[in-house]
Amino acid sequence: MSGFRYPHTEAIERLYRQDSRRIYATLVRLLGNFALAEDMLQEAFITATQEWPVQGMPDNPVAWLITVARNRGLDRLRREQRQVDIDDEQLETHSALHYEQQFDAEVLEDDRLRLIFTCCHPALAPEVQIALTLREVCGLDTEAIASAFLVQTATMAQRIVRGKAKIRTAGIAYIVPEGPQLAERLESVLSVIYLVYTEGHHVSRGEVLFRVDLCIEAIRLARLVMTLLPEPEVKGLLALLLLTDARRPARSDADGNPVLLEDQDRTRWRSDYIAEGKALLDDALAAGHVGPYLLQAAIAAVHADAASFAATDWAQIVALYDLLWRFTESPVVALNRAVAVTMRDGPAAALPVLETLAASDELAQHYPAHAAVADAYRRLGQAEPARAAYLRALALVQQEPDRRLLERRLAELT
Amino acid sequence: MKYLLLIYGAEDAWSQAEREECVADSVALCHELSGKGQYLSAAPLQPVSTATSVRNHNGRKIVTDGPFAETREQLAGYFLIDVPDLDAALEIAKRLPGGRKGTVEVRPLVEPGKLPKTPS
Repeated sequence: MSGFRYPHTEAIERLYRQDSRRIYATLVRLLGNFALAEDMLQEAFITATQEWPVQGMPDNPVAWLITVARNRGLDRLRREQRQVDIDDEQLETHSALHYEQQFDAEVLEDDRLRLIFTCCHPALAPEVQIALTLREVCGLDTEAIASAFLVQTATMAQRIVRGKAKIRTAGIAYIVPEGPQLAERLESVLSVIYLVYTEGHHVSRGEVLFRVDLCIEAIRLARLVMTLLPEPEVKGLLALLLLTDARRPARSDADGNPVLLEDQDRTRWRSDYIAEGKALLDDALAAGHVGPYLLQAAIAAVHADAASFAATDWAQIVALYDLLWRFTESPVVALNRAVAVTMRDGPAAALPVLETLAASDELAQHYPAHAAVADAYRRLGQAEPARAAYLRALALVQQEPDRRLLERRLAELT
Repeated sequence: MKYLLLIYGAEDAWSQAEREECVADSVALCHELSGKGQYLSAAPLQPVSTATSVRNHNGRKIVTDGPFAETREQLAGYFLIDVPDLDAALEIAKRLPGGRKGTVEVRPLVEPGKLPKTPS
């Protein structure tokens, strides 16, 4: 028997790749316990590899896997006599083989939503929300998540364990929020996805410019939430991620050095992402919706439409930042707006605002503010103030590719 | 699940009139929660100047005047509730009048199981 590869092996592997997280989400609901759900999921797949070659593939393989996993899980719970939250209904139907009807696509999708909302509950700290989402919803292993966020694996493992403990002990329910709570809780989910993407798009510390795996997971998560909840702000976020990620192929050169927007080869931008992002943007705008993600997506769309940096509609971008400011009043938005003003009106016009921002409490430790000041002076041909600002930026930068770029600019001044 | 809602606030942030309004609103909330079977207990606390602290370390019993620690915000009152999950507890916490000028901490109880029944 060994060495013989059953046709079912490939089918089972494909099922695992495509469906294991969906099945997991449902098992968490049925068994009321993350760890048990994970264990039983693995056991069910192993049983499938043993039984299907002999008995043939079931008509509804996903339902089969859920049923086997659930039954084993309930058995284990009964043996351990733990107090758990199991519907009486589940206990009664346990011994029946009527699984086909219970686990249709809609139920599975609902369970995935429950899982996302639970992992992104505001009672959990933001870094815990991110870790849990990547681990439980995306299925990334702890080591990969730790490495993506530049912490020790043991630290990340502890963060995840504590997060699950809080969910259990504090009584965070495994539900999709409804009514007025949905909007608030959706904000939390979108924020986690945005943070995952941001960290992937521009890694804050270390040798690497970006983490492609995080960008991909964020887009995947946004797509998942979109299929389950096609709300305008979700469209706005997905549009933003696609329009931003479209530029990734052009963002670094062959040596891994960053290539700034003004120097990027725009033929390398992904036109499929741009088309999809713009369609989503139009959809969301047609619904009469305006929100921070959508506005940022609109800004990215203006860049995507421009044949070159110089030909970009900077006036439109400034106007969009004005609107964005009304939503967020974030100092980074003010900075980005000021940079756009530099392009629209010239560096002399923007410098007073840039200087004020770079000196402000919120941005004094933020190297891009000083880099923007330096850049404006450089464009004006004023080498001394440019040098001073580049040095301030260099003192704060923590990412090596960015550091090299700043050092190159500094060297070019002399 | 049982949750203890601990209301913290700076005592000097409240005028006498505001304090009385807060108590009246809180009592109304207690009745509302009681109607839903969610209310177990609640009370405002007398100010920290009335607190006495007791320590029983290494067999030495020490009684001192004052709260356990001098803090900017002090424990001002509590609600003890019984609700299905954390979200239900948070919805109540958001409504506590004491939270208008302070912070409400929501803590789930450990239920040891051998406690005496609450007299009704």
